[in-house]
Amino acid sequence: MALTEMDFRLTDHEGNEVGPETLIGRPTMAFFGFTYCPDVCPTTLSDISGWLDDLGDEAKQLNVVFITVDPERDTVEAMAEYVSYFHPAIRGWTGPEGQIARIADGFRAAYERVPTEGGDYTMNHTASVFLFGAAGRFVTMIDYHEPREFAVPKIRRALEEETEGAT
Amino acid sequence: MKKIIMTGTLAALLTFGGLSVPALAGPVDVVVESAWSRASIGMNRPGAAYMTIRNTGDEPVTLIGLSTPLAMMPEIHETKTNAEGVSSMSAAGEIAIAPGESVALEPGGLHAMLMRLQQPMTEGETFPLTLLFVDGGEVTVEVPILGIAARGPED
Ligand SMILES: [Cu+2]
Repeated sequence: MALTEMDFRLTDHEGNEVGPETLIGRPTMAFFGFTYCPDVCPTTLSDISGWLDDLGDEAKQLNVVFITVDPERDTVEAMAEYVSYFHPAIRGWTGPEGQIARIADGFRAAYERVPTEGGDYTMNHTASVFLFGAAGRFVTMIDYHEPREFAVPKIRRALEEETEGAT
Repeated sequence: MKKIIMTGTLAALLTFGGLSVPALAGPVDVVVESAWSRASIGMNRPGAAYMTIRNTGDEPVTLIGLSTPLAMMPEIHETKTNAEGVSSMSAAGEIAIAPGESVALEPGGLHAMLMRLQQPMTEGETFPLTLLFVDGGEVTVEVPILGIAARGPED
């Protein structure tokens, strides 16, 4: 689904209201996860940070968004602290469960709450990184653990997408 | 007492030997290399540690569990990513390592999941992690705590 067809209202880690229109106009790289994730999420955010470093100045044109699938624990404050440890371009988005469901649906991303021992829970979730062009059109995904030599050219493809229709 | 001395030795080896941390103990012929972990934010979130476990002996060894003063519920976990790209984590169960073989605990695969932290994991510090084997043998390794955004033992 193109970003232009999506409908959701979330809050970024600085407390700003955000929606699909926040992303349209610039290419977008987005990832779903949660801050209580010890393995996949910090790894992917580190990978994203590395790709952004590789892109250098080009990275400044990108929206980079980390969207929580665990809004119960990932408040705006939790997201703000978490993203501060990674590349400064990365924005953290959270919001009501129903709105998280809508953005995940729009992205065709899946997530599921899984109880663990002792009353805790973890989240299964799509670990791919999504890329959209500036006009909001879906370009491609970077799969988990895809080598950097494949990831960075994919991001460049999103950067070079037609900006037609964008403001 | 014995444990404390060994930890000290390991810390020294870590300092002088770089990334390779020989952790020979008792009857288990196992060497742990390139151990590392990420700093935590507070104590509510679980941590994860990574390393390569090498069986240097002539007999198979079977890793059955972990113990550490850092976490009440340390467990070997495995992250799996399915064909749809969805990642999930679960207990890995026993891990058999054939003679001469090694098992890598690395991001996106096997990891030492550190649940119920007893203290925050602070960058620059280390913590002892004991690997428990089926025959009762134990190997303790001192795990360096790197930054939250660390990608590997060299970060
Ligand atoms: Cu785990």
